[in-house]
Amino acid sequence: MALPKAKEDALAARLAALPAVEGKGWLAAARSEALARLSAMGLPGRRDEYWRYTDPASLNAPEAPVARRFDASDEAAPFDGIDRVRLVFVDGVFDAAASDDPALAGVTIERLAEAGRRDIHWAQGLYGVLEARGQTPVARPFAALNTGFASDGVLIHVTGRAAKPVSLVYVHEAETSDAILHHCVKLDPGAELTLLENGPAAARFSKVLEVEVAEGARFHHIRLQGRDHERRAVTHIFARLGAGAEFRSFTLTANGRLTRNEAVVELAGAEARAHVAGAAVGDGDFHHDDTVFITHAAEACESRQVFKKVLMNGAVGVFQGKILVKPGAQKTDGYQISQSLLLDEDSQFLAKPELEIYADDVKCSHGSTSGAIDETALFYLQSRGVPRRTAQALLVLAFLAEAIDEVADETIAEDIRARLERWLARHGSRG
Amino acid sequence: MPMTAALDTSEAVEIREGVDRETIETVQAMAGKYKYGWETEIETEYAPKGLNEDIVRLISEKNGEPDWLLDWRLAAYRRWVRMEEPRWAMLNYPEIDYQDQYYYAKPKSMAQKPKSLDEVDPKLLATYAKLGIPLKEQMLLAGVEGEAEPRKVAVDAVFDSVSVGTTFKAELAKAGVIFCSISEAVREHPELVKQYLGSVVPPTDNFFATLNSAVFSDGSFVYIPKGVRCPMELSTYFRINAENTGQFERTLIVADEGSYVSYLEGCTAPKRDTNQLHAAVVEIVILKDAEVKYSTVQNWYPGDENGVGGIYNFVTKRADCRGDRAKVMWTQVETGSAITWKYPSCILRGDDSQGEFYSIAIANNAQQADTGTKMVHLGKRTKSRIVSKGISAGRAQNTYRGLVSMHPKARDSRNYTQCDSLLIGDKCGAHTVPYIEVRNNSSRVEHEATTSKVDDDQLFYCRSRGMDEEEAVALVVNGFCKEVLQALPMEFAMEAQSLVAISLEGSVG
Repeated sequence: MALPKAKEDALAARLAALPAVEGKGWLAAARSEALARLSAMGLPGRRDEYWRYTDPASLNAPEAPVARRFDASDEAAPFDGIDRVRLVFVDGVFDAAASDDPALAGVTIERLAEAGRRDIHWAQGLYGVLEARGQTPVARPFAALNTGFASDGVLIHVTGRAAKPVSLVYVHEAETSDAILHHCVKLDPGAELTLLENGPAAARFSKVLEVEVAEGARFHHIRLQGRDHERRAVTHIFARLGAGAEFRSFTLTANGRLTRNEAVVELAGAEARAHVAGAAVGDGDFHHDDTVFITHAAEACESRQVFKKVLMNGAVGVFQGKILVKPGAQKTDGYQISQSLLLDEDSQFLAKPELEIYADDVKCSHGSTSGAIDETALFYLQSRGVPRRTAQALLVLAFLAEAIDEVADETIAEDIRARLERWLARHGSRG
Repeated sequence: MPMTAALDTSEAVEIREGVDRETIETVQAMAGKYKYGWETEIETEYAPKGLNEDIVRLISEKNGEPDWLLDWRLAAYRRWVRMEEPRWAMLNYPEIDYQDQYYYAKPKSMAQKPKSLDEVDPKLLATYAKLGIPLKEQMLLAGVEGEAEPRKVAVDAVFDSVSVGTTFKAELAKAGVIFCSISEAVREHPELVKQYLGSVVPPTDNFFATLNSAVFSDGSFVYIPKGVRCPMELSTYFRINAENTGQFERTLIVADEGSYVSYLEGCTAPKRDTNQLHAAVVEIVILKDAEVKYSTVQNWYPGDENGVGGIYNFVTKRADCRGDRAKVMWTQVETGSAITWKYPSCILRGDDSQGEFYSIAIANNAQQADTGTKMVHLGKRTKSRIVSKGISAGRAQNTYRGLVSMHPKARDSRNYTQCDSLLIGDKCGAHTVPYIEVRNNSSRVEHEATTSKVDDDQLFYCRSRGMDEEEAVALVVNGFCKEVLQALPMEFAMEAQSLVAISLEGSVG
C-alpha cells in the first residue's frame, strides 16, 4: 500500500538529509532491503498505536536538534575500574586512537565499514535480519532507517568465554551531531560475553543492536545512557535466543531530553531465559519510553521485564511492554512489572502493559503501579532522625532496587547505586 | 495429574493442574446449548433493506418524532457515511455489508400501539413468558416464591425495533419515576430527552455510536427524580427475532441528585446461520449524590461451534458522574455474541465520585470478545475499581482492553484494577491490553494480574484459621463473585450462578 503523500514527503526529507553510506555486496543488499521496508512503513506519527505516548517529531526531523554537551567529569566515568576492551565512538565515529586494541581471546571484533567491503561475512546472516523479523506485528521504522543508513558499528563474533567485557563508549562532542550506529553480536553455542555501553553518544542518536544467542550461550548487557545531557535517542535491541540461552539487559537512564529504548526479544529455543530491566530517573524536560516486546516461541522459557522510573518536575515516563506467548509455548513463565514514583504533581506516567497468550499451561503476570512516595515511610525515617532529603533518597533507591538487582555483576550494581545516590542528591532536593 | 474430559465438539481437552473439573464442565455446558435459539413466528413489518437518509426519515416518522430529533439523526447519518469502521480491536470478522440488512422491523400487531399490556399480541407475551420475563405485574419472578416480601421488577420489553410494553408504570409514577420506552419519552418528556440525549455519548463519538444515533429505533428511558430511591429494580429485555435485521437500541438513564436506581438488562436472539448486527448506546447521567447500578447479562446467540452465525455486538456504554459523590457500578456477564466490542465507561467528573466495573466474559467455540472499561478520573478524590475475569475455551479469543486515566486535577484519586484470564484448552487465546495514564502524583494506580493481590487482610484472616493460601484465595474470590452475581436479576440467576464455580486457580492475566 502506498504511503499518504504527507508521510512520503516527510520520509523523503528525512532521507535527503542523511549522508551517503558506503558498502557493497552483502551490506549494500541489506541496506537496500531496509530502505524498502522503511519506504513501505513511513516514519511514525502520534496516531500510530505505539507512538501515542511519545512524540517522534524530533526523531523525524531532517536535522538533529541542538544538544549542548554536558560535562560529567565531576564523577569517574562509568566502568572505569573494570578491566575491559574499550572501544570509543565520538559523535558516532569510531576513534581508534582512544580505543583499546580489540584483541580478546574467543572474540573477534570488526568495524562494520570494514566488514562491509568484504564479499562474504558471517554478519550477513544477522545484520538487518533480526531487525526485519522484529518489524511484525509492530512496525519499527527507526530501526529500518538505522539498518539502511548506519555509518559505523562493530561486529562481534564470540566463540568462547570472553575473559573480559567489551565496552562501547559513546562520546558526545558536537552540538548538532546525528549519529547512527549498528552493532551485531553473534554468540556461538556455549559462548559468553558481557557488553557494556555508556555515554550520550551524540545530539541525536540512533542505535540498533542485533544479538544472536545460540544454544547455551550467555549474553549480558549493561548500559548507562549518559547523564544530564540534552540528547535525543532511539535505540533498539533485537535478540534471538536458542535453547537454554540466557539474555540479560539492564539500562540506566539519568535525564536526557528524549529516550526511546525498544527491546524485541524472541525466545526461540526451549528453556531460554530473557531478562530486560531498566531504571530511569528524570528531572524536568525528560521523556523516557521503554517499549518491550517479548515473544515466547518455545516451551519452558522464562522472561522477566522490570522497569522502574522516578520522575520529577514534569518528567514523563512511558512503558509499553508486551508478552506474546505463541501456540505451543507451554510452561512459559512470563513476568512483567512497571512502576513509577512521581515525586511531584507535574510528572506523568503512561503505561500499556500487554499480554497476548495462545497457550494454556503458562504462568504470566504483570503489574503496573504509579504513585507518590510513601509519606508514612518518610515520616518514620524522619522520626528516627534521618533528614527528609536523605530519607527520600533512601526510599527512592529502595524503589529502584528490583531493577538494579537484574545487574548480575555486583561491582557494577554497586557503582550504579552510588551514581543514583549522587544524582538524587543533586536533583532530589524538593519535597 | 492430567485428566481428559470430552468437549461438546468431541475434542478432548486436557485438564491441567489447578483448574478444577467443575470450571471446565461449566464452561463446556454453556457451549452449543443455546437455550434461547428458538424463533417466534409472527408477522413482521420491515423497512426496505439497506441504509440511506430515507430509512432514517422513516424510522423517525414511525416513532412520531419531532423535527429536532430527525435533524439530529440525519446529522449523525451524514457523519457516519464519512467514518471508517474501527479495526483496532483483536477481532477478526468479515466485512459487514451495512446495506444488506434491515434497520427497522416491528411485529404487525404492534401497528396500533397497545394501550395496556392486556392488549398486547398474545404471541409476544408468550415469547417473553418462554424467556422467563414476567410481563404481567401480578406475576412474580421465577424462583422468588416463598420470600416474605416478593421483589418487584419493572420490565420494558423490546422486540426487534419496538418496545412491546413496560410494566409497573403506574406504581413507578407514584414515586415520580419515569420508566418507558425512549420513543415514548421523546413524545411525553421531550424537555428531558432533549437535555440529556447525546450528552454522554455524543453522536460523533465513534463509528457504531454514530450509526446508532442515526437509526436507533427504541430502547428505554429512565428518570429518577431528586432524592428518590427507585422502589423497585428496573429492567429492559431485548429480543432480536426478525432475520437479517439489526437492533439499535438506545437507553438513557438520568439519576437526579441523591437518587438511586438499579437497572438490569438482558438480551437473547434466535439461532441463525447469518450474522446479525447489534449496535446499542447506553447513556447514564448521574448527578450529585446519586447512585446507579447497571447490570447486564449479555446472552445474544453466539453462533454455532463452527463459528457460523451469531450476533455482532458493538456497544457503547458510558456513565457520566456529573455531580460530587455520584456513584456508578457496571456489572456484566458476557456469555453470548459471536463478536463482542464493548467498553462500559465511567467519567468521574464530580469530586469524590466513584466508578466500579465488574465483568465476567466467557468466550467459547469461535467466539471473540474484546471488552473492558474506561475510568476517566477528572474530579478530586475519585475512586475506581475494575475486576475483570475472562475465560476462553475452544478456539475463542478473549481480550480485556481498558483505560485508566488520572487527569492532572484528579488529585488524591485511586484506582485498583485486577484482570484475570483463564484458558481452557490450547487453541484459544487470552489477552490483556490495559492503558494506564497517570498525570498527577497524589493519585495511586495499581494494575494487578496475579491472584496474590486479593485483599491481604481477608487472606490473613482465612490463613489464621488454618486454610492454605490457595484455599483462602479461592474463598475470598468466590465470595466476591457471589456478591456481584447476587446483584443480578433472578431470571438470570440460574445461568450466572453456575459461574461462581469457576475458580481462579491457574489464572493468567
